[in-house]
Amino acid sequence: MAINVMQDTVISPKLSKSFRRNFIERIIEFGLLISAAFAVFITTAIVYVLVSEAIPFFEYVSVYEFLTDTVWTPNYSIKRYGILALISGTLTTTFIALLVAVPLGTITAIYLSEFASHKVRETIKPILELLVGVPTVVFGYFALMLVTPFLQTIYPDLTTFNMLGPGIVMGIMIVPYIASVSEDAMRAVPMSMREGAYAMGATRFQTAIRVIAPAATSGIVASYILAISRAVGETMIVAIAAGQQPTFTFNPVDSAATITAYIVSVALGDLEHGGIGYQSIFAAGLTLLVMTLVLNILGHWVRKKYTERY
Amino acid sequence: MVATQRKTTQKKRFNDVVKAESRNLDFYYADGTQALKNVNLDVYENKITALIGPSGCGKSTFLRSFNRMHDLYTGNRYDGQIVLHPDNTNILDKKVDPIEVRMRISMVFQKPNPFPKSIYENVAYGLRVRGEANTHVLDEKVEEALKGASLWEEVKDRLHDLAFNLSGGQQQRLCIARALATEPEIMLFDEPTSALDPIATVNIEELMSELKKKLSILIVTHNMQQAARISDYCAYMYLGELVEHDLTDKIFTNPSKKETEDYITGKFG
Repeated sequence: MAINVMQDTVISPKLSKSFRRNFIERIIEFGLLISAAFAVFITTAIVYVLVSEAIPFFEYVSVYEFLTDTVWTPNYSIKRYGILALISGTLTTTFIALLVAVPLGTITAIYLSEFASHKVRETIKPILELLVGVPTVVFGYFALMLVTPFLQTIYPDLTTFNMLGPGIVMGIMIVPYIASVSEDAMRAVPMSMREGAYAMGATRFQTAIRVIAPAATSGIVASYILAISRAVGETMIVAIAAGQQPTFTFNPVDSAATITAYIVSVALGDLEHGGIGYQSIFAAGLTLLVMTLVLNILGHWVRKKYTERY
Repeated sequence: MVATQRKTTQKKRFNDVVKAESRNLDFYYADGTQALKNVNLDVYENKITALIGPSGCGKSTFLRSFNRMHDLYTGNRYDGQIVLHPDNTNILDKKVDPIEVRMRISMVFQKPNPFPKSIYENVAYGLRVRGEANTHVLDEKVEEALKGASLWEEVKDRLHDLAFNLSGGQQQRLCIARALATEPEIMLFDEPTSALDPIATVNIEELMSELKKKLSILIVTHNMQQAARISDYCAYMYLGELVEHDLTDKIFTNPSKKETEDYITGKFG
């Protein structure tokens, strides 16, 4: 065994640190940090504005009343601020949308990932993703002018503004989100897993349902969460086709305003600037933010719980 | 079922019963490369047949033809026959259902590939696919298969744990149990120990020697000592062709072809 003895050494110029290289590295690192910090800053700023504008509102209306009252009438003579009247609209339209999008999106994903030939997949996927690019205002008119009239032929008592039509259209809108993310998750399942299932004598359908989908659970659930967040925050479709009247109802054939639809109507100038009614949109916005935040945390938790290890 | 009596066959070579035989087997991948050239090889009942040869020689391609794994990828093409006895059926025929073939010829892969399910459900999978839903039958067969794969003692108290929590060697034995549960006639092993440590490897090898009492085994291995240790018959393949096929003792002591000797003695490969 040799005993380590420190030797006197010199720094050869060939091996010494280059000032120029180090300087450039530092600049680049700083630039990257600034870009990353910008997104954090914007998020913080949004939360700050929402909270600071909502505080005066909550000094006037108690949080308890805000969360438990079921009537929302900021521009009536008797003013009441029960956010439940808006949340009910948001939840109902979101639920209808999911009822459409979850089965449709999941089945599409399974088809594209496990059954479609390369050519079919490469044709369908871009078309599907094109659906994401359709402006939501177009979807709104689609709901109002086409889907609701069609639903009225089946159910004649349906009002022009209702939650069913826009809910369905919103569902169609989010199908590509679910299909695309779920398909990616299923295709990421290694081929060895498929071979294992086929080698056991499983059919394609059995392989897809019993092996591939469970293996891709985390990705599939993530796509659902993404879709829910998207539906909760959707504004134009519901503002156009679901009506503007805040009503505490979970009945899909009723007309009702969602949180987002209310914010739009106020922001467009129905209420005077600085008044309590105006501030109510920040409280409503904060509610929306909390809802999506909870969903995201839930999604994160689910993803961690079901993280696949293959 | 066809009403007429099926003609069954029983052939013998080397005093052993032929379980399956490939006849003039050619195989082409979708890009046109020919991976197998006129391969004629027997798999014998209750014997272990080992396929050896350098990487890319076609031994895995050959193995995977036996349960029609190549069907999963479009454009692959077989020529020739693989005849399964006693049915006397060419399992590569387009009229043969690959799912029926896979139910009788199961496979264990190079890397353990358990499903994202519990230990129990992994083993029960093949039975469930076949429509078995009776819990008592499933419990019994799962236990039997896990015992057959000498894994039962290690997992009997945690059958409902996720299969991924097992070690690599245990996972591979689980995959063997999974394949065993459906009582196959032939079991294909594609380098089953290449991802395992030496102790896990010995376990799997002992297991295979035990398994051959019940079924026929075809194994691809890169490890020549392994082929010498466990196999009864050995086939040397090179560039998609079968160079030599004989009793393992003969191949390793007195091969009739120069190429085989060069490969076995390490002069080549």
